Amino acid sequence: MHNSGVIVFGEDVGFGGVFRCTLGLQEKFGRHRVFNTPISEQGIVGFAIGAAAQGLTPVAEIQFADYIHPAFDQFVNEAAKYRYRSGNSFNCGGMTVRAPYGAVGHGGHYHSQSPEAFYTHVPGLRVVVPSGPREAKGLLLASIQHPDPVVFFEAKMMYRTAVEEVPTGDYTIPVGQARLAREGGDVTIVAWGQMVAVAEQAAAVVQEQGGVSCEVIDLRTLLPWDRATVEASVSKTGRLIVVHEAPITSGFGAEIVAAISKRCFLRLESPPVRVCGYDTPFPLIYEPLYVPSTPRVVDAIHEAVKF
Amino acid sequence: MDFPGGKAMDAVFYDSQRQGRFSFYMTSGGEEATAVGTAAALQPEDVIFSQYREHGVLLHRGFTLQEFAHQCFGNKHEPGKGRQMPIHYGSKALNFHTVSAPLATQLPHAVGAAYALKLQGVKACTAAYFGEGAASEGDFHAAANFASTLGAPVLFICRNNGYAISTPATEQYKGDGIAGRGASYGMASTRVDGGDARAVYAATAEARQIAVAGGCPVLIEAMSYRSGHHSTSDDSSRYRTADEMRRWRARDPVERMQKWMTHQGWWDEEQEKELRQSSRKQVVEALQIAQKEDKPPLSCMFTDVYADLPWHLKEQQAEVADFVRRHPEMLPAGMPNDL
Ligand SMILES: Cc1ncc(C[n+]2csc(CCOP(=O)(O)OP(=O)(O)O)c2C)c(N)n1
Ligand SMILES: [Mg+2]
Repeated sequence: MHNSGVIVFGEDVGFGGVFRCTLGLQEKFGRHRVFNTPISEQGIVGFAIGAAAQGLTPVAEIQFADYIHPAFDQFVNEAAKYRYRSGNSFNCGGMTVRAPYGAVGHGGHYHSQSPEAFYTHVPGLRVVVPSGPREAKGLLLASIQHPDPVVFFEAKMMYRTAVEEVPTGDYTIPVGQARLAREGGDVTIVAWGQMVAVAEQAAAVVQEQGGVSCEVIDLRTLLPWDRATVEASVSKTGRLIVVHEAPITSGFGAEIVAAISKRCFLRLESPPVRVCGYDTPFPLIYEPLYVPSTPRVVDAIHEAVKF
Repeated sequence: MDFPGGKAMDAVFYDSQRQGRFSFYMTSGGEEATAVGTAAALQPEDVIFSQYREHGVLLHRGFTLQEFAHQCFGNKHEPGKGRQMPIHYGSKALNFHTVSAPLATQLPHAVGAAYALKLQGVKACTAAYFGEGAASEGDFHAAANFASTLGAPVLFICRNNGYAISTPATEQYKGDGIAGRGASYGMASTRVDGGDARAVYAATAEARQIAVAGGCPVLIEAMSYRSGHHSTSDDSSRYRTADEMRRWRARDPVERMQKWMTHQGWWDEEQEKELRQSSRKQVVEALQIAQKEDKPPLSCMFTDVYADLPWHLKEQQAEVADFVRRHPEMLPAGMPNDL
C-alpha cells in the first residue's frame, strides 16, 4: 500500500536522522517529501497538524522525547481537539509524531526522559510505545494509517541493542491492542517499550529460581489502553506489577493500578504495585538505580507472591 | 593562554571520550575566537547564559582545567553532582549559569536576569550565547521581543557556525542570517567575523557599552565554522565534504591570532610550541586526577530536587538504600554509600 501524501520531516531527518531512522528516504522519495526543518518543535508539530488537516499524512520526528515539550501546546490544545472542536468538520488524524524516549546509559537529564504520561492525559491523542523492531514496524504503519493523531515513542536504547527479524512486506499491528509477551499464572507484569524486556528477564529469573510463573503484558498502546487484556490476566493471577521508566508519581502506572484495583478488587491476592523511575530529574550517574532493573522487578515479584 | 588551553582541552578531552573514559564531549574548534573574544570584553559581574559550545568563556573567567575535567567525569568535586552529562558546566562564583541541553531556553532567562540587574541598579549586563540553529526556536523570538520591549541589558551572542548538527544554515533560515532579525525587534545588531578574536572583542565591548548605558539589548552575530563534528556522537563526513572542512580549517581562529601576535613581535614559534606542550600536559594531568576521584555519594540522588527533602523522596531514598543493601553489585562503581 503506497500513500504519496506521506511526508517525513524533522530536525536532521534529511541525512537520515541522528538515530538513522530515516536513512535513505530522501534519496528514494525526494526532498519535497522527506526534509529537514528548522529547529522548532512547536513548528514541527503545528506544521504536521496543518498538513494533516489539509489531507497529507505527515510523519514528523522530534529528535529526542526530552525536546518535545515546546510542542506541548500544539499537541494539547490543537492536535487533540481539532476533531472535537469542529464537530468533526476538520481533523488532523493523518499525523504521527515519532520521538525517541528513555534511558540509554549515558543520557542524563535531557536524553533519557519518558514523557508518555503527559500525553495520556490528553483526550484526543493516541499514544503508542513499541517494544521491539517487529512491533515498531507494525505499530508505526498502523499509527500512520490511523484516523487519529498518534504520538509514537520509540525506546532509543533499542536502536542499538535490539536484534530481530523484521518482515519486509506490509503488515500492521492494531493500535489499542496489548500483546501477551509471556504466559503465566502467578503474577501479571504490565510494561511497555524498553521495560517489556526487563519484565521478561525478571519473569525468567523468578521462574528459574523457584517456579513463580509471571504473565508479561506488553501494553503497546497507552491511550486508549487495552484494559480488558490486563483485567483478564489479573483476574487469573490475582497480582499486578506495573513497570515504567518515568517517575512514579502520576505516571501511567497509576492509571492502570487504579482501574484494575476497581475491576479486580475481590480477586486480588496482593496490592498492585509499581516499579518505576523515582521522583527526581533523570540522574546521570545514578541511572543504574533509577531505571527499573531486573533485580528490582524480581524483588517486587517475590514481595507480591509472599504478601 | 585561553587559546592554547582551550585547544589542548578540546583535543585531549575529545580523545579521552573516544577511548571511552567518559561518555560524551563537544569541541569548539573554529569558534574559539567567538567565545574568548566576547568573554574578554565582558566584566566579571556580567552574567553568562550559554548554550554548550562556549567553554572558552568559562576558561577565560578562570574555570580551571581541573574543574572541567571533574565535570566530565561527574565526580564528587563537580558542582552538578554528576547528575548531568559531560560539558554541562556551571559556576556560581564565575556568574556562569549551568548549561542545560534544551535549545534556546536560556535566552528568555538571560532577559529576565538582565532586567533584574537593571532593577537592582547593577551596572552590568547578561550575555546569552546560542547557535544559529537554536535561533529558530520560539524562545529566541520571545527573548528578543521581551528584551527590546522591556528594556533589558542583554547581549544576544549568536555563534553562526554554519551547521546545526547536519542541517546547514541554508536550510535553517532564508534571509540575511540572524543579525538581520535585530532591526525587526527594534534592537541594535551587528555581524562580525567570529574567527577574528580582535574584531569579536571590539564588537562586544561596544555592544556592552550600549546595553549597559542604554538599558537595552544588542544582538551580535559571529560568523564562523564548526570545524569538528557536532559532538562525539556525530560523524560530520556524512553530510559535508572534506574539501569544505579543509577550506575552513585553513582559517583557524587560533592560528590567525597566533600569526598576528607573531607579526607584532610579541610571540614566536618556540613560545607557541612550549605553551601547547605545557597546556597538553596540564590537561592530561587534570583528566588523570579527575578519573581517580570518587563519584558523589548515593544520598545525592535525591537532594536538590527541592530545597528540602519531602516525605515521598525520603521514602524513595530509603527504598534505594534498602535495595543497595540487598544488591550491593548495583551500586555504581566509585560511589560511596552514605545511606
Ligand atoms: C529543544 C531542542 N531541540 C533539539 C535539540 C537537539 N539538538 C542538540 S544540538 C542541536 C543543533 C543546534 O545547532 P546550533 O544552535 O546551530 O548550535 P551548534 O551545535 O552549531 O553549536 C540540536 C538540534 C535540543 N538540544 N533541544
Ligand atoms: Mg550552529
